[in-house]
Amino acid sequence: MKRQLAGWVFAAPALIVIAVFFLGPVIAGLVLSFTDFDLYALADLRNLRMAGFDNYIHVLTLPLFWQSLRNTLYFVIVGVPLSIMLSLGCAVLLQSPLARFKPVFRTALFAPVVTTIVAVAVIWRYLYHTRYGLINAGLGAIGVDPIDWLGSPSWSMPAIILFAVWKNFGANMIILVAALQTIPDEMYEAARIDGASRWQQFVDITLPMLGPTLLMVSILTTSGYFQLFAEPYVMTQGGPLQSTVSVLYLMYEEGFRWWNLGKASAVAFLLFVLMVAVTQGILRVGRRAEAHT
Amino acid sequence: MRTLPISTSRRDWLRRTAAVAGAATLAGCARRSGTHTPRTLRFWALGRESEVVQELLPDFEREHPGLTVRVEQLPFTAAHEKLLTSFAGDSTPDVAQLGNTWVPEFAALNALMPLDAWIASAKAVDPTDYFDGIWRTNVIDGQAFGVPWYVDTRLLFYRRDLWRRAGFDRMPSDWTTFSSALDALQRLGIKHPLYLPLNEFEQLLALCLQQSESLLRDDGRYGNFRSSGFKKALGYYTERFHRGHAAAVDNNQIGNLHQEFGRGTFAAYISGPWNIGELDRRLGIARRNDWGTAPLPGPDGPGASNAGGSSLVVFRRTRRQDDALALLGYLSRPAVQLRFHALIGDLPPRRSAWSMQGADGSTLAQEPRAIAFAQQLERARPTPPVPEWERIVQEMQLVAWQAVKKHIPLDDAAALIDHRVDGFLEKRRWMMQRAAKA
Repeated sequence: MKRQLAGWVFAAPALIVIAVFFLGPVIAGLVLSFTDFDLYALADLRNLRMAGFDNYIHVLTLPLFWQSLRNTLYFVIVGVPLSIMLSLGCAVLLQSPLARFKPVFRTALFAPVVTTIVAVAVIWRYLYHTRYGLINAGLGAIGVDPIDWLGSPSWSMPAIILFAVWKNFGANMIILVAALQTIPDEMYEAARIDGASRWQQFVDITLPMLGPTLLMVSILTTSGYFQLFAEPYVMTQGGPLQSTVSVLYLMYEEGFRWWNLGKASAVAFLLFVLMVAVTQGILRVGRRAEAHT
Repeated sequence: MRTLPISTSRRDWLRRTAAVAGAATLAGCARRSGTHTPRTLRFWALGRESEVVQELLPDFEREHPGLTVRVEQLPFTAAHEKLLTSFAGDSTPDVAQLGNTWVPEFAALNALMPLDAWIASAKAVDPTDYFDGIWRTNVIDGQAFGVPWYVDTRLLFYRRDLWRRAGFDRMPSDWTTFSSALDALQRLGIKHPLYLPLNEFEQLLALCLQQSESLLRDDGRYGNFRSSGFKKALGYYTERFHRGHAAAVDNNQIGNLHQEFGRGTFAAYISGPWNIGELDRRLGIARRNDWGTAPLPGPDGPGASNAGGSSLVVFRRTRRQDDALALLGYLSRPAVQLRFHALIGDLPPRRSAWSMQGADGSTLAQEPRAIAFAQQLERARPTPPVPEWERIVQEMQLVAWQAVKKHIPLDDAAALIDHRVDGFLEKRRWMMQRAAKA
């Protein structure tokens, strides 16, 4: 009994911090999602009404919510694999014994992760500029007509994805470089003696050995990408024609632009449920794949 | 409202941080010297105005020894959220510049100090001296909550040389002639002679205000977008795009508005008074005669436009009420407003400032490019004073944007706006009903 108490006492500081800064706000948010807390309630609490599931029904019947969900899924489904493939590609190249100036490249590729998104967005807005942008100039040189990257509803999301992938791939790359260093050289040596090609070595040694790391990286990246917000906020403000409104952006607009905190909380909880479901799905797939090998 | 490029908001932010740090240091020094009790007034100003207003403040501080005005700069695009957040977080400033369409919202929050008593006793401002449409934007249920600081109405900036070449020495004053003038400009080889950015609501709003019907009905309980007036305005707006008079673009897609205008990419655009200074700066004084300003054409003869601009308000929670009101009085002086105009080009809301002689002996009302504004201001009309207005007008523009891009029929677009606006106003209806019962 005494030992148990001692355990709780040691855990208490951490538990209190979690309760105050995590559980409390989460419960408050959940309660808020069942009220119509808004500007008027902010002025006078007597203007607050209990809304039951109205907020959830409102959000689920809102065309913009479904559009924002489609936009977010588009971003996740295209962005996550692209981002991880790029990270993996760069990590493998950096690990290659042929690579020179490794620290320089590692720093250069990691640099976007640590730069401020607002500053970088300014540069990317110039790169994407229809008439004066470097990207369109490059495309023009190979005969492609100028693309209206940030102004056309069909190109705005690819533009955001490109920007986000460039901004974020470095972090995963560093994790994968670390994981690659743990693969013993003997395995590659044995494979070479057995006559395995470079591609076979990659598929049969590198990938399986990276399995657990890749699983973790994909869960982290997926949950991160579901929370798409800063990129459209600084680049397009959700436009053009709401083609870059993500679920989180919708929540921000409802909550902090229009101050409908009830509805915003409902959006937040729906996103939370979705993210839990998706990451659980990835975990399950990952475990099954592991069981097979 | 002006949308600033991201670089500016970033710069504003950096500068604000620097200003706060600087002010903190200064306050620290002053306290140590202890000659008089130093007081600080927090003044939130937005956009370009926040940079320029600092030049007017040393005189005010000299008149009030010991008082320091700390200007905190907010980018225009983020100001609305920041002001609401500051209210929620109990950290409202003493005085703030508020877009005048936001006044009803902050009045509904009970965040603003009513000013009628001060206006009556201090005599610093005279309501009849102000352009009527502008003054009314600050009055909610008969009580004034702000004083107009500068006015911003939208009208036409046009390339006089190009219009003359198209056969129009004077800007037409009705919609039909205006439209045929755009045809003539197209024949000159200007593909899209009018610039109407699809993500700005002011242009369409101006067309709506030219109609006799109000945009909301039943004392702001429901939207009135299915009215024939709104449909007429929206119809004229969308027709400009479908006939190629304007390109279906938003303002992120154009590099620099003023340079493109100088280059002749388009021959006219609808915007506010700050463009006068901006065009002089970008195109040079030498090209002054190439462009001019003109009041907006209306359905049949000179049309109305928005009564925009910013007001100065005092927050209820201020502990420096007298100092705050003194600042309002100082910035409302015609002479100070004229100086402000000279610095930034914003137009004064008081008629007496317009007829006051400036440093060169001439008055603002004699300035050729400002005349159009003086005329337009007499026809400026306020928007419905409901707290939900900002959201309503954004939604209106969004649907109009879709109507242009996806060719949605007018009736459907109007019904869609009404449907959504009625949703935004649900709480307001409930509150009004409850108040009526009590």
